[in-house]
Amino acid sequence: MNENEQTKHHAPGYGLFIGVWAALMVLTSVTVEVSTIHLGFLNVVVAMTIASVKASLVVFFFMHLKYENRTLKTMVLVAFVILAIFIGFTFFDTANR
Amino acid sequence: MTEHRDYQGAKMGMWIFLFTEILLFGGLFVLYSVTLGRYPTEFHEASKLLDVTMGTTNTVVLITSSLFAALSVVGLQRGSRKAAKVFILLTLVLACCFLVIKYFEWSHKIHAGIYPGGEALTQWEPGKQAFFGLYYIMTGLHGLHVIIGMGVFLWVWTRIAVGTCTPEHFVALENAGLYWHLVDLIWIYLFPLYYLIT
Amino acid sequence: MTTEAVNPGFMASGGKSWVREWLFTLDHKRIGMLYLWCITAFFVVGVLLGLVIRLELFWPGKDFIGQQAYNAIFTLHGVIMIFIVVIPSIPAAFGNLFLPLQLGAEDVAFPRLNTFSFWLYVLGGATALVSLFTGGGAPDTGWTFYVPFSAVTTTNVSVAVAGVFILGFSSILTGLNFIVTIHRLRAPGLSWTRLTLFAWALYATAWIQVLATPILSITVVLIIVERLLGLGIFDPARGGDPILYQHLFWIYSHPAVYIMILPAMGVISDIIPVFCRKSIFGYKTIVGSSLAIAFAGSLVWAHHMFVSGMSDTAVMVFSFLTFIVAVPSAVKVFNWLSTMYKGSIRLEPPLIYALGFIFLFAMGGITGLVLGSAGTDMHVHDTYFVVGHFHYVIFGGTGFGMFAAIHYWFPKMYGRMYNRKQAIIAALILVVGLNGLYFPMYLLGLEGMPRRYYDYLPQFTSLHQLSTYGSWITFAGLGLMLWNLIRSRYRGEPVGRNPWKAATLEWTLPSPPPTHNFDTEPVVTHGPYDFSQVRDDD
Repeated sequence: MNENEQTKHHAPGYGLFIGVWAALMVLTSVTVEVSTIHLGFLNVVVAMTIASVKASLVVFFFMHLKYENRTLKTMVLVAFVILAIFIGFTFFDTANR
Repeated sequence: MTEHRDYQGAKMGMWIFLFTEILLFGGLFVLYSVTLGRYPTEFHEASKLLDVTMGTTNTVVLITSSLFAALSVVGLQRGSRKAAKVFILLTLVLACCFLVIKYFEWSHKIHAGIYPGGEALTQWEPGKQAFFGLYYIMTGLHGLHVIIGMGVFLWVWTRIAVGTCTPEHFVALENAGLYWHLVDLIWIYLFPLYYLIT
Repeated sequence: MTTEAVNPGFMASGGKSWVREWLFTLDHKRIGMLYLWCITAFFVVGVLLGLVIRLELFWPGKDFIGQQAYNAIFTLHGVIMIFIVVIPSIPAAFGNLFLPLQLGAEDVAFPRLNTFSFWLYVLGGATALVSLFTGGGAPDTGWTFYVPFSAVTTTNVSVAVAGVFILGFSSILTGLNFIVTIHRLRAPGLSWTRLTLFAWALYATAWIQVLATPILSITVVLIIVERLLGLGIFDPARGGDPILYQHLFWIYSHPAVYIMILPAMGVISDIIPVFCRKSIFGYKTIVGSSLAIAFAGSLVWAHHMFVSGMSDTAVMVFSFLTFIVAVPSAVKVFNWLSTMYKGSIRLEPPLIYALGFIFLFAMGGITGLVLGSAGTDMHVHDTYFVVGHFHYVIFGGTGFGMFAAIHYWFPKMYGRMYNRKQAIIAALILVVGLNGLYFPMYLLGLEGMPRRYYDYLPQFTSLHQLSTYGSWITFAGLGLMLWNLIRSRYRGEPVGRNPWKAATLEWTLPSPPPTHNFDTEPVVTHGPYDFSQVRDDD
């Protein structure tokens, strides 16, 4: 079965990608606007949250992960968990000095 | 040896390579996050020196280039090599825009002495110096990956042109797209961390 | 010994030039052999450097080399042994040779990437060696390249770490290749629960290679950038933190020790069932322990930093987590011993080396607990206790795992058997030698002898001399072992497909295997340690 046949039944069309792009544009303007409001430490939290929503859209739709098998999805999750551990555990040191 | 094609395997291989890129930048994000936690005020001050308009424009440019990369795959899957090639070229044009804007940002800073070892920077408090040290490394490494991604797309473009990347066997284009989307993904985090913590 | 010829299989010349046939080969078996020969050559260089170190330490004060040269020699010894020999060793040589065969596959998932990995390996090793002869000479920072010294020393750190970067890339690509190979190229009937434990070990290792090595890559890039541009990334006066360098370095380098040991454990898990003619005890537990070691090993890196100045919270957290990693390793030892219990034991060289592994790894592993416990580590950090610990686990562990693998798969690779008695004698000499070489280091460390010191107080002399004698015994054992293998490669008795009566797929092929591996794709109907159907006529 060639690649086309393997993907035909779930390949997104032009419309879906343009829709995702539009959402990303909206989220970009939101994050810029919110950054002008002074929320102290929360600014970083909000910015990272919006960035993660944008990132999820890119990963699940542009990168097609929504339609991939569970093995691949698990691998992606593992990679991000390991990164989170590397960053997070470093803070056991630096946040407590 | 019989010609061995494995679509799922090729995609899996590309994803695993992307993990290594994520972890590569991840090391720099470790440095950034710790330093932000240590010098929040100085980072806040330093961030004001970056041009939000240029940063936002670059974000729009890169996300749109990602859109075109995704559309090129759709085009090829639906049988149109021409559409695929056009979308790839659009991706490359926007990538160039990104680099040009980046060039202007950097040269402006360097001109103002705001670079490691530069007259302005060396006068500042440690936290502000750290912000810009990390800025140059992270955006520099990112820019390098933009250039690599462009090279990858050029290579796939030629493969479509000569007929080795086709509507039946398009994993090379998909994989090029995956790499490009990762470059976009990294910027999605770099942008707020450097431009929006004002 | 004999001069009788053996069908050369994949080693046969195809009539083209050596460069075309070997340097540009796509055959995983040839790539594995190339790695094996390069690794052996670099190992010899590393051993000679080690011998020089031990010779200089025979008497206090200067014996025959100066301080600067001494620092460069132990740095080079570490860089070569860790990055060029041990980290690639079993995966690059035996993984490449036998993983596809154990899976019933024609090759790895990405053969051209595999060849490229080998080229990167050669380039990286060459680059690291070039640093000896250019710029300010060989680096003197130790293989850990700590800032601030690595940022300011005039020795050729940049070129050396560039070599490390390239080697890291080679390691990453090998890991990537193996993960996809194991997922996608298993023969029909070869379910995940029928994989060999060697394959499982390579799988767990590959994930560490892929996820941890990039952190090393960025760390060495930062060293180079720091030396070239002086950004002050780790300089407190410019907002940096030298302890962050240590975090980044050890985030890779601790998981790296599991890259070193897991494949060796996989070799042992494959060997013990064969020579006890009994299925492995607790297959699923061993699989789980490999994955657990890979994961838990990624959580404990800062146990290398207890005295660095990091926070007390971090000291306690990382010390606590370190104890957890010991558990799956111990589980493996229990399962190996349980496999042997009431087995039909044949004391052949692979099993002797495997038993040597278990003994020496246990002696090293137990001292890991002393080091992982922060309270005791305070006293032995950066002493010879640490040097003794890691040599027991790396040389006694991975080294013996490598020797076991060589003695197990040698007949398959070359179609000939070596002299078994000499192999066993070499193993015994090595066990004596390694204990003589490294046990005194535990005592030296406990008495306060610091590591990497060129000179020492007179009261440490007798222990140092004992260690040096041990190094000579070790050298003799290595010499006998290598001479036996090299001679037997050309003159050993020919063997058939399955001289050890093993049950895994590589033993169904001729010795050595043909280039195309399997004539027809095998269909797997039993587990890897099910000996009920192994033919007795080989």
